Amino acid sequence: MEFHLDTRSGVAPYLQLVQQVRQALRLGLLSEGDRLPTVKDVAAQVAVNPNTVLKAYRELEHQGLAAPKPGVGTFVTGTLGDLSPAEHEPLRRELRRWLGRARAAGLDEEGIEALFRTTFRTHIEEET
Amino acid sequence: MTAILETAGLGKRYGRRQALSDCTLSVPRGRVVGLVGPNGAGKSTLLQLACGLISPTSGTVTVLGEPPASGPEQLAKVGFVAQDAPAYAALTVADHLRLGARLNPGWDARLAADRIRRLGIDPAQRAGALSGGQRAQLALTLAVAKRPELLLLDEPVAALDPLARREFLRGLMEFVAEHGATVILSSHLVSDLERVCDHLIALVASRVRLAGDVEELLTTHFRLTTARRDGDSLPDGLEVVRAVHTGRQSTFVVRAETAAHDPAWVMEPLDLEDLVLTYLDPAAATPGARPVPETLR
Repeated sequence: MEFHLDTRSGVAPYLQLVQQVRQALRLGLLSEGDRLPTVKDVAAQVAVNPNTVLKAYRELEHQGLAAPKPGVGTFVTGTLGDLSPAEHEPLRRELRRWLGRARAAGLDEEGIEALFRTTFRTHIEEET
Repeated sequence: MTAILETAGLGKRYGRRQALSDCTLSVPRGRVVGLVGPNGAGKSTLLQLACGLISPTSGTVTVLGEPPASGPEQLAKVGFVAQDAPAYAALTVADHLRLGARLNPGWDARLAADRIRRLGIDPAQRAGALSGGQRAQLALTLAVAKRPELLLLDEPVAALDPLARREFLRGLMEFVAEHGATVILSSHLVSDLERVCDHLIALVASRVRLAGDVEELLTTHFRLTTARRDGDSLPDGLEVVRAVHTGRQSTFVVRAETAAHDPAWVMEPLDLEDLVLTYLDPAAATPGARPVPETLR
């Protein structure tokens, strides 16, 4: 598992690491039982603060995707509960209908994106 | 969390020039601290005071509860790499390691030899013939092989090319991960600091302007863009750090517990670079103090 960091992305470094593990799970590059690189290896490979790596691993534990085995390392324990592409379809249809209404109401692309983004962010903040 | 470095009203004056004034800080143990500020702001002075290379003209500084350089034990706990990573040009890399072993009671010879080998540096090479990146790595090796509890680095990567810079920071983070040391490094390169630091201290004109954990700073600072209005007219809980006004628009950097949503403005997070630049700007308000209304300026 190779990590990388984009300091211009505006995404917190620990979240970038979390997202990369999730992505690796989604792509099948990681699966249940695999050992994640040690905190020291990630810190040395990416040139990132070890506490950031620890935080990312704790977040993965919190999400039920990884668990530490004392003295051995952190292991992948779960799979992403993502929906299959077929199950995405009804949600996509609903979203398209909404996009059509937003257009009809006079919003342009940027307006739609801004509205989605702020609503999405507020929703996430309220959920956590 | 115990403090590894504590200063109270710390100051250093060179003749008429006040290099550091009224500096009160508490650096928690186990952090990697980024020390930022314009040239001449007092960064090197603070680091040299912390390692005992110079003594204060006012106030106090303690490292691990003792005054810096107060004895051999205290000296062994602190590693310092001065600006430009000085080395003895005529001595070989191996000579430097032997010197390190001779001068430091807790010297970790294996750590030093391992690092030099993995970096692909020839121990028989004279330090004067090393590249800038290799010399910086040699200086870091000497500082970490004494296994300090506090490592002070003055502009360690300023003179390095991007590749050597990344290599240096990788080595530094590996050391931190393995030995859990506290690091204070000064740098102009905020993008590097964002990767490696979890605590930030900003010095401006010999004074501490901002100090805190990076995560806390990032989650409490926002850029607020709105139709032109006075900073005072913003609701309570939004502390204006900096205000810029154009004909119709006002852009504020505000400090707040959480983002306040209002259709009249856009409030978005700030990245570390913008946050640092905001505080380094002399026009920014002093933290805690009420900003001067734009109309009075």
